[in-house]
Amino acid sequence: MVSSEMASSVLPNSLSHTRAGIHISSLDERILKGQTDSKERADRETTQEYFVNMGPQHPSTHGVLRLVLRMDGETVRDVIPVLGYVHRGMEKKAEYVGYRQQVHFTDRLDYLSAVMGNWAMSSAIEKAMKTELNDRIETIRTIVAELTRIQSHQLWWGVLGMDLGAFTPFLYGFRDREKITAIFEETMGGRLTMNYIQPGGLMFDIHPDFVANVKKFISYFKPLIEEYEELFGGNVIVQERLKNVGILDAKSAISLGVTGPILRASGVAHDLRKLEPYGVYAKTKFNVPVGTVGDCWDRYQVRMQEMRESISIIEQLIDNVPEGKHMVMKFGAKIRVPEGVYYSQMETARGIFGIFIASDGSEKPYRMHFRTPNFNNLWAITQMAAGGRVGDLVAILSSIDIVVPDIDR
Amino acid sequence: MFNSLPNLQVSWEVISVSQRVSTTYGESPILAVVYALAAIVAIILFMSLTAMTLVYTERKVAAHFQCRLGPMRVGWHGILQSIADTLKLLLKEDIVPDQADKAMHLFAPVLCVLAALLALIAIPFSPYLAVSDMNIGVLFISAVSGLGVLGILLGGWSSNNKWSLLGAMRAGAQIISYELSATLSILVVVMFSGSMKFSEIVQSQDQGWWIWRAPVVGLVAFLIFLVASTAEINRTPFDLAEGESELTAGFHTEYSGMRFAFFFLAEYLNLFIVSSMGATLFLGGWMPLHIGNLTFFNQVMDLIPPGLWFALKVSGFIFLSMWFRWTFPRLRVDQLMKLEWKVLLPIGFINLLLAAILTLSGFYFFPGNS
Repeated sequence: MVSSEMASSVLPNSLSHTRAGIHISSLDERILKGQTDSKERADRETTQEYFVNMGPQHPSTHGVLRLVLRMDGETVRDVIPVLGYVHRGMEKKAEYVGYRQQVHFTDRLDYLSAVMGNWAMSSAIEKAMKTELNDRIETIRTIVAELTRIQSHQLWWGVLGMDLGAFTPFLYGFRDREKITAIFEETMGGRLTMNYIQPGGLMFDIHPDFVANVKKFISYFKPLIEEYEELFGGNVIVQERLKNVGILDAKSAISLGVTGPILRASGVAHDLRKLEPYGVYAKTKFNVPVGTVGDCWDRYQVRMQEMRESISIIEQLIDNVPEGKHMVMKFGAKIRVPEGVYYSQMETARGIFGIFIASDGSEKPYRMHFRTPNFNNLWAITQMAAGGRVGDLVAILSSIDIVVPDIDR
Repeated sequence: MFNSLPNLQVSWEVISVSQRVSTTYGESPILAVVYALAAIVAIILFMSLTAMTLVYTERKVAAHFQCRLGPMRVGWHGILQSIADTLKLLLKEDIVPDQADKAMHLFAPVLCVLAALLALIAIPFSPYLAVSDMNIGVLFISAVSGLGVLGILLGGWSSNNKWSLLGAMRAGAQIISYELSATLSILVVVMFSGSMKFSEIVQSQDQGWWIWRAPVVGLVAFLIFLVASTAEINRTPFDLAEGESELTAGFHTEYSGMRFAFFFLAEYLNLFIVSSMGATLFLGGWMPLHIGNLTFFNQVMDLIPPGLWFALKVSGFIFLSMWFRWTFPRLRVDQLMKLEWKVLLPIGFINLLLAAILTLSGFYFFPGNS
């Protein structure tokens, strides 16, 4: 996985990818070239189209994302995402700080999968340093990552409810997410930006109550997923709003570089936890939920199922966390990654989070690149939302489950 | 008043404020003026008190649906929260967008409140408490409450904001469409009771409320009315005009301070008005609950004053509406139209036809005195 050929192929691909993903005013282009059919032209002649800015301040863009909508009445003709409102120059900043500090950056990319980001960065450095980890570290990392996946999906579930106009799920989602953040706070000291998984192990050993609290949470949350389904998923309005809305077929999902639950909802069983197992995923049994249609409803189902699978993974691991040290590297020592290029990727709650390090052997990376899942996932909206209503656009955007700082970096 | 119970031939004496005004005018014009002024003051007081109570109730109901406490700080269990909110809204800066049509922007919220206020006149709170008991009460309320949509349209249009305009157009299409279904279901009751006068409609339910007295069609009409009226007052699952996750705040995006408060006021007044309509038409209004020949039960029920009966029924209706709001997500705009034109309207017409047949054949439960 860390072979240099693979890593070297990442850079040019990811660049061309961003370009291929942009579909700015495809209809306009076709109109200019005279390639539109008569129906499209008739639509054009009878109604006046207009542009609306959805964002950067808008309740359902989940942060400072700006979407320029070309609208025809209630119908969205084109969606043009405009990015950069939280661009912080993460990748450039990474060139000025040491490897230990890089972990902090990953907290601030996809803050809902902060621990998984920590893990991806740590594992990239560990692979470069050829560090061997003990089972305790790997098991705790896996448990914590799955807890993170659950809390991320809980928040998504609540926000999806709010975007569809039901405020109650939002508070239910947050109420239950609070239980996980409390567990995290106990062990890691942080609730959002944990900075917990470090190169060579973990920042702290788990809290003595960790195992008991996680078990308590699981017995609390397991029946609640069914309540979630009853309150929200079983509602006929929700199903009407989500079914056959924002269909993304497997082929265009792959060509857009979409990963994570969205790709799986489109019918591609691509999960790095299965394909390139890391942590102790190889020892656990779990299914990769896959959709059939690729619409918002499938994405909803996939994520709900993923929560159940995550619970089952944690159940398999929590009873026998191996003994051992929680840190195998010398704590606080400067890390000098040997010269070369390294790439590590992880399946976060939103898809593949990859980290590319080009090292010149010094204590700082020569070049650092983050392959963030949200950037590619967001671009799927240009295909999914065109032709739908404003309400559909909001549902689709919510079903993509974006985290804006992860897009802008 | 309650003397002729055995055969349930209760004859209610209905006096409205306007009748008092006209009867006393001959003897003492001053008393008549006092009555009229009292009615005006009472309605305005009632309007603000109802809206404030409803806002507080909604917040508490929502909070408990969502496993939280809601307002707790201002007064006992946050009971003064609405007053604090009103003060805040009064003190807020009144922002008018630069490119807005200033006169219309000001006029729109006033129009909304005006429509709600006018509708309040005809509502029969109890046999002795109604401003006016006109012979076309039902028609009057239907007509006047439809006026409110003009305020929403104007507000959205004059704001000169695309989101507002979208919200206003949605509201226009939605309210006018659902008005049809609401009226069709109201017509069922008008047919059965043979009158448009609220006092007569209420008294026709002496032997049983129209929701079950008119076999099946009453229930169907009630359900249609429930859905259509929820849509008419722009509440979830039909809050497309506001649609905060889609249109930021819909037609009132550009409103703040007192102007926004007026829209808010109108919204809650409308909730009260449709609830009282529902209670009056289908649930017997201020009429106590009577079951057949259970004399003792009926006597106990008669001990509760009619005004309280009305309040209880309206509260039940309002709670149902709040329950909807905090459970359901929002429909999409095309689904909304589909629901009205392809589902509710055909059912409404068939229901009306059946009601006409039943009325002609004189077939309804508990035939009694009417």
